[in-house]
Amino acid sequence: MIYLDNAATTKTAPEVVEAMLPYFSEHYGNPSSIYSLAGESKDAVTKARETIAGILGARTEEIYFTAGGTESDNWAIKAAFEAYKAKGNHIITTKIEHHAVLHTCQYLEKERGAKVTYLDVDENGLVKLEELEKAITPETILISVMFANNEIGTIQPVREIGMIAREHGILFHTDAVQAFGQLPIDVDACRIDMLSSSAHKINGPKGIGFLYIRKGVKIRSFVHGGAQERKRRAGTENVPGIVGYGAAAKLAADTMEERTAKERELRDYMIGRIQSEVECCRLNGDPVKRLPNNVNFSFEFVEGESLLIMLDMEGICASSGSACTSGSLDPSHVLLAIGLPHELAHGSLRLTLSAETTKEEIDYTVDKIKEIVAKLRNMSPLYEDYAAGKTKSMIKG
Amino acid sequence: MYSEKVMDHFQNPRNVGEIENASGVGTVGNAKCGDIMRMYLDIDDSGVIRDCKFKTFGCGAAVATSSMATELVKGKTIQEALEVTNKAVMDALDGLPPVKVHCSLLAEEAIHAALWDYAEKHHIKIEGLEKPKSDISEGEEEEEY
Repeated sequence: MIYLDNAATTKTAPEVVEAMLPYFSEHYGNPSSIYSLAGESKDAVTKARETIAGILGARTEEIYFTAGGTESDNWAIKAAFEAYKAKGNHIITTKIEHHAVLHTCQYLEKERGAKVTYLDVDENGLVKLEELEKAITPETILISVMFANNEIGTIQPVREIGMIAREHGILFHTDAVQAFGQLPIDVDACRIDMLSSSAHKINGPKGIGFLYIRKGVKIRSFVHGGAQERKRRAGTENVPGIVGYGAAAKLAADTMEERTAKERELRDYMIGRIQSEVECCRLNGDPVKRLPNNVNFSFEFVEGESLLIMLDMEGICASSGSACTSGSLDPSHVLLAIGLPHELAHGSLRLTLSAETTKEEIDYTVDKIKEIVAKLRNMSPLYEDYAAGKTKSMIKG
Repeated sequence: MYSEKVMDHFQNPRNVGEIENASGVGTVGNAKCGDIMRMYLDIDDSGVIRDCKFKTFGCGAAVATSSMATELVKGKTIQEALEVTNKAVMDALDGLPPVKVHCSLLAEEAIHAALWDYAEKHHIKIEGLEKPKSDISEGEEEEEY
């Protein structure tokens, strides 16, 4: 099997599993209890918190563990809206956020009287800073822009956005679920006030994430019922998960330079091969400001789900922004936001590499993509019309 | 997610291709929704469907329902072909996931569209056949991107 869906989730690293195991069977104490068994759990949680804080240039007490990226996004946005409503009710975000941000903003609009600006992005998925500045009003309390996009891999100008937010005295939240562990992040240099992350994207376990909250940001608890996480997130800590997250974060940070350099090389090799060997395809996302492991193409005249099933039959795991893979009739909101017509959004394929991905795997995958795209085009009425000269390519013109 | 039969018809679609000088050609669906089916019919003088071919842009279910639909109408009379409903296509495939039922509707519509084209070319009226609901040009005219 060739696993190229590492933006969906990753394999838990063996050393991460190893680190977690004792916290199921030996050190199972509740960190809130006072006996020494509990102390071991508490120390382990603190150690993981220190590790993560160190990677972000944050203070230990600014890291709050949650059940994952979605909870972190919900908490950051809903609680910030609640806490700062005396100041205003306006939130600025983008059209390409993860649904954890978008649906939360829509909820606040519908049920809580929020006003939300969803910024457009350019054809590569980049936020336009001048439009961000223009969208700011005296009522604006929060800017939430993702660090890097999960579908097309585009990395936002986070430092500049943070600067704009700080100048205007507006909170800045970033969903860094795809970026943490993949890109160097310094919360002070980027003036980030809140940052969401999830362990299972970086070879950690599922069901554990964190929200970084800068000291002084007055957001309250979202889950009530205990004094855990400095009274801001009640519930007995997921100790094995937290330990696993700490181990995964350390591993990701320690190997970042070497690993991402290798991924970038393979990524660009794959992009180059596809661009030169498959006609009528489009690279989605910024070619340079791009996550090290993200490849996203639209193949004209073919549909993404068919592509995925055929790749699966060849032992290749990938994903698509096609409607058929989302359970609705609309293709990916991200691909539509970068201006793709529906046809090209339906024909998208995302391949996300890992540290273990080899050149042989990439070559095999590109060979299979070529075969499958040709096969699907051969049975596509859209390709038939294009080949007969009745219609033009949307990509080639 | 898909039955074995759906997977079989997706992996080995029957009757893919075009028919030159077909008696009737019908194209339904639109690329915005992610499905387009084109059905070619070769109908002889006695009104029997001698050959049927298809081309489809769409998901696994769209390809499988097109493939099965061609199998079901081949050798049938026009009237018999009209009785090939979306349910018949689905049953023949051992069912479809609920979100994919529309693919079988598209297959039924593709047959009807091809028959409608045949009827128009031959200036005849086919009992029980209504003008197909959607075609490819309707989707293109909207231009809502």
